Amino acid sequence: MSKFLKFTLAAGFAISATAVFAGEFGLGRPALPEEIAAWDVKVMPDGRGLPEGSGDVWTGDEVFSENCAVCHGDFAEGVGNWPKLAGGWDTLDHEDPLKTVGSYWPYLSTVWDYVNRSMPFGNAQSLSADEVYAITAYILYSNNLVDEDFTLSHENFTEVEMPNADGFIVDDRAETEYPKWTGEPCMENCKEEVKITMRARVLDVTPDVEEAEAAPVEAEPVAVAVAEPEPAPEPEVAAVDPALIEAGEKVFKKCKACHQVGEGAKDRAGPQLNGVMGRAAGSVEGFKYSKALKAKADEGLVWNEETISAFLANPRGYMKGTKMGFAGLKSEEDQAAIAAYLSSFAD
Amino acid sequence: MSETFKGKSTSRRGFLRGAAAAGAGALAAGAAKAATPDPLITEPQPWAQGLGEGVDVTPYGLPIQFENDVVRRNVDWLTADTISSINFTPIHALDGTITPQGCAFERHHSGAIELAKEDYRLMINGLVDTPLVFSYADLERFPRENHVYFCECAANTGMEWAGAQLNGAQFTHGMIHNMEYTGVPLRTILEEAGVKTEGKWVYVEGADASSNGRSIPMEKALDDVLVAFKANGEALRKEHGYPVRLVVPGWEGNMWVKWLRRIEVTDAAVQSREETSKYTDTLEDGTSRKWTWEMDAKSVVTSPSPQAPITHGTGPLVISGLAWSGRGAITRVDVSKDGGKTWETARLAKPGEKMALTRFYLDTTWDGTEMLLQSRAMDETGYVQPTKTQLREVRGLNSIYHNNCIQTWWVKPNGEAENVEVS
Repeated sequence: MSKFLKFTLAAGFAISATAVFAGEFGLGRPALPEEIAAWDVKVMPDGRGLPEGSGDVWTGDEVFSENCAVCHGDFAEGVGNWPKLAGGWDTLDHEDPLKTVGSYWPYLSTVWDYVNRSMPFGNAQSLSADEVYAITAYILYSNNLVDEDFTLSHENFTEVEMPNADGFIVDDRAETEYPKWTGEPCMENCKEEVKITMRARVLDVTPDVEEAEAAPVEAEPVAVAVAEPEPAPEPEVAAVDPALIEAGEKVFKKCKACHQVGEGAKDRAGPQLNGVMGRAAGSVEGFKYSKALKAKADEGLVWNEETISAFLANPRGYMKGTKMGFAGLKSEEDQAAIAAYLSSFAD
Repeated sequence: MSETFKGKSTSRRGFLRGAAAAGAGALAAGAAKAATPDPLITEPQPWAQGLGEGVDVTPYGLPIQFENDVVRRNVDWLTADTISSINFTPIHALDGTITPQGCAFERHHSGAIELAKEDYRLMINGLVDTPLVFSYADLERFPRENHVYFCECAANTGMEWAGAQLNGAQFTHGMIHNMEYTGVPLRTILEEAGVKTEGKWVYVEGADASSNGRSIPMEKALDDVLVAFKANGEALRKEHGYPVRLVVPGWEGNMWVKWLRRIEVTDAAVQSREETSKYTDTLEDGTSRKWTWEMDAKSVVTSPSPQAPITHGTGPLVISGLAWSGRGAITRVDVSKDGGKTWETARLAKPGEKMALTRFYLDTTWDGTEMLLQSRAMDETGYVQPTKTQLREVRGLNSIYHNNCIQTWWVKPNGEAENVEVS
């Protein structure tokens, strides 16, 4: 062992008079208090970890509407397959229970912690402590757990009672299951008769595997010795390279979680993108744009290949304060492909 | 490339169906006798005359085009989008036990992020003597170990609680993979920081936007948990947590935190979203089990199965499948062809290893009659994989997680198979 290691070993023991263990390798470096504060944001059921702050139901309604409603619905009732946060009371012993914050979550700390660290989806850690208190208050209100004049703060946080707090037991399989299902199993004449009682084909919810198989896996067309007729160009997109549009469709997969385009496209976390190219920024009616985007729109921003590429290259650099939680498209080819793809969708 | 031989791009399944029809007839007559010489033998083929690809054409290789269908697949209707979602390992088309990384199932909560080794930091804080920060290079300087473990999502087979639902082993049992991990025991890292006596739990979280966090009791953390950076000999794939993930042998996949960035020693469980609102198992009376970490013994026949029908007609048939247990090694697997009336003990490809997939085979002869194929695993604790009925009697239909029931495939006289439930 080197002198260095001996030294750190000795030092390790010295520091940790009460410790179970002591450092042996002297690897890593001490974490600074600022670093721990930045990463250790967890909140415990007893309220440990909560920062000072407060938020009321009415503010929560606004903040929720701006940041959460696109997936969770205006009343926390959930949109499509996205989580429902309210309702479902007294359904836990029914068929298909509805598990929401109100009907299922045992600790309010979990709500605060999760909203604070992981939400909104695609723009995590963008909310202030007061906004998180306000959203949490609004979710409680949506579940009829507090009145409309309620204000949640670090001081009254642990006073809130969650309806399903006592609804959980620690894993008891060792008592309730293992003794039953242990021992030499039956090998012969185990049943008198066997009947099929249910078939997956009847339900028919399996994805169409053959369709998946038919999808080309290779992006590049394979060179073919004999010349094949060129596909006739689509008239409406004659100016744009069809291969580029196709490439754009692939790149657009990165956008699909928040943006829809094409027939029937609707606003989701981001606005629908039909006709976006050549359109004034911020002009989809009914979509709640960020202040940053509204400001750019007021300055006369119009989306075209140049502006959309610049935005996508570095969303937060191009538009400080944008709600678009996307790291960006570094490749210029990808940017051009997206522009081409979006150009192929008129209004 | 001057010459490109392009095979007819029939889908594998279409091909198999055709073969099934042909095979059944041909083989019923006994050992096949060729009527005419096989042109694949009598005529020089392009690959036997021209040249293949040189080295370096593909610096990092993918499977040959004929295996294009052996890929992960998604079930669209399960989740709201593909960013916070899961897909399935094509276990019906694999053999042996090691899952190639490229087709090992993915489960993300906010997408697969790209985190470079240079940007990687691992913090250990909380009830420790010295909170520490490690770089990736630091981790490589601790003594490391190699272990093969399965990683199974607690929701694997979760869609089958209420009835036979998805038609294929990939979809019913594909939220699992099995890799050889290289990493540093978590114990070593905890010792490096020095755990205080009041430290009873570790809370582990990821660097992605969901920062998926789970609480692990100290006893497990000091036992066999690995801070892993290699899988199957190479770096982890980004979808599996590059550059560093946690490996929690035998315990539900959600605890195997990817892009591991922080380990905090605490005096209590944090009760994060993933260990309260999710990954808790609701029983019939509405109460829910929490902290159901261990994955119980389970098995499935991977072939024949709905995506892997019998294509060769009667005669020799290899029935094959996988078995595993989060509570130790698999000691025995029995197979039934009649829906559980009678059982035969299958051959294990090699003795079961703790918390790793075990491959079993039943080398048999198929007479062309229908089968209700089942497999039943036993582990070293003596536990026997239960039937779906047995599970439902204890848990009802709403548990979502930890469905380790015996699976039934109905193999029909034409060789096709279907997911069914039997009495």
